[in-house]
Amino acid sequence: MASDTVKTAPIVGVLALQGDFAEHEAALRSFGLPCRRVRGARDLDGLAGLVLPGGESTTMLRLLDAEGLWQPLASALRSGMPVLATCAGMILLAEAVENPRQRSFAVLPITVVRNGYGRQLHSGTFPLRSSVLPAGTTGTFIRAPRITAVGADCEVLAWRDDDPVLVRRGPVLAACFHPELERRHPVYAMFAGEIGGRTATTAECGA
Amino acid sequence: MTKQHPIRTVPGFTAEEVVSKIGFCEQLKGGVVMDVINDEQARIAEEAGACAVMALERVPADIRKHGGVSRASDPGMIEAIQKAVSIPVMAKVRIGHFVEAQMLEAMEVDCIDESEVLTPADEEFHVDKRVFKTPFVCGCRDLGEALRRIHEGAALIRTKGEAGTGNVVEAVRHMRALMSQIRELRGQDEKFLEKKASELRVPFALVAWVAEHGRLPVPNFSAGGVATPADAALMMQLGAEAVFVGSGIFKSGNPQQRARAIVRAVTHFEEPKVLVEVSKGLGEAMVGIDIQTMPPQDRLASRGI
Repeated sequence: MASDTVKTAPIVGVLALQGDFAEHEAALRSFGLPCRRVRGARDLDGLAGLVLPGGESTTMLRLLDAEGLWQPLASALRSGMPVLATCAGMILLAEAVENPRQRSFAVLPITVVRNGYGRQLHSGTFPLRSSVLPAGTTGTFIRAPRITAVGADCEVLAWRDDDPVLVRRGPVLAACFHPELERRHPVYAMFAGEIGGRTATTAECGA
Repeated sequence: MTKQHPIRTVPGFTAEEVVSKIGFCEQLKGGVVMDVINDEQARIAEEAGACAVMALERVPADIRKHGGVSRASDPGMIEAIQKAVSIPVMAKVRIGHFVEAQMLEAMEVDCIDESEVLTPADEEFHVDKRVFKTPFVCGCRDLGEALRRIHEGAALIRTKGEAGTGNVVEAVRHMRALMSQIRELRGQDEKFLEKKASELRVPFALVAWVAEHGRLPVPNFSAGGVATPADAALMMQLGAEAVFVGSGIFKSGNPQQRARAIVRAVTHFEEPKVLVEVSKGLGEAMVGIDIQTMPPQDRLASRGI
């Protein structure tokens, strides 16, 4: 049983092909979660959670193919482990991507429009409306994707004006904005809680 | 109510600017920004995995050949590139030419490069980048240049290197200078940092920030002379967080393949086996220029210090 406990050490994988993966690592560490950069299939072994960072989704798609990481990552995303995806990461998970249409892992029943809020000039920090996040929580949107449709089994946790911007389906949490750019953002606390909670449960089962 | 704070505070930047302007530049990290001169090249760059493109009429190698005054590009050409790709589009303005910058902002270019590659418009002042909402990138040869540009509002720093030469030696010199000057500040007392600040002609707060964190307060990329996957990985190992490739891709024998190879090299910059794999059969690299034989007036890096 002891070996099981070792195996379930809560290491969070951070997809590190391109983008702001270093900011995610800093955020994870600030919640006491050790992390590992994922650049190849073997980096996915034994993870307790997975983060898909912001960056350019077209660059990530290109590199996922070049590294032979598409299939292994697709399996990992469906394995039931907690996943946090921000901005480009969310685009990779959406069921449908527009502007332009592109491939995705389709694990979240949402439709996203890339750069749906406009170019960088329209980037900025905006208030979020939410019943699960503390009052006053904001999100930084950078050339952000816009969610235009949400499937029935997908929960919307926060809105920017009338747009859903934080969604969850089972263990998969995705944001149009960048909680990793802010110190101890409530969305990160939510993800860390998910990882911590699960790890504790697994450890208890092991003991 | 929870008070949220950016991961870092940067002297001279508001909290909002740290996350939206500098945060934009963080998204480019681990990527390759490619120079393109038309929409067709922009599409090739995007397909190859570029994290952004730099739209300009002539790549630096041709600016050298062509001579004369080099200015911001035709807005129509930049717009065609903006329409062609979904990744960020950057464009260059002459050093100090704030009207060219106003025009690029009006066109909603994602990032403005105040670049020594174009002919400087002002020999005394750089653009006051704080009054723009668009993030700026600027070149540097050392810590003083980097911090002066950040003080003026640059949200991203790149080495100048020597653009259009296909010779990485100057980019290496600039990155080494920058990194060793950053290291030199660590653990120094206030007196030393005050002296440094006046020597570098920048506010004490910026020097103190670098001394405390051991890095620049904005991302630090490399540019100027990168021609091969190995050059790109070299700059990354020396401390760059992403790489600009100018003439090196579309002045080579097989741009598509070279572009893809450099993209992979930047992700796997510490894995020689991957570098070997991507470097096989790339065809002709751009013809390089030996900088030792270059007359001083041809050196672009000495512009805008």
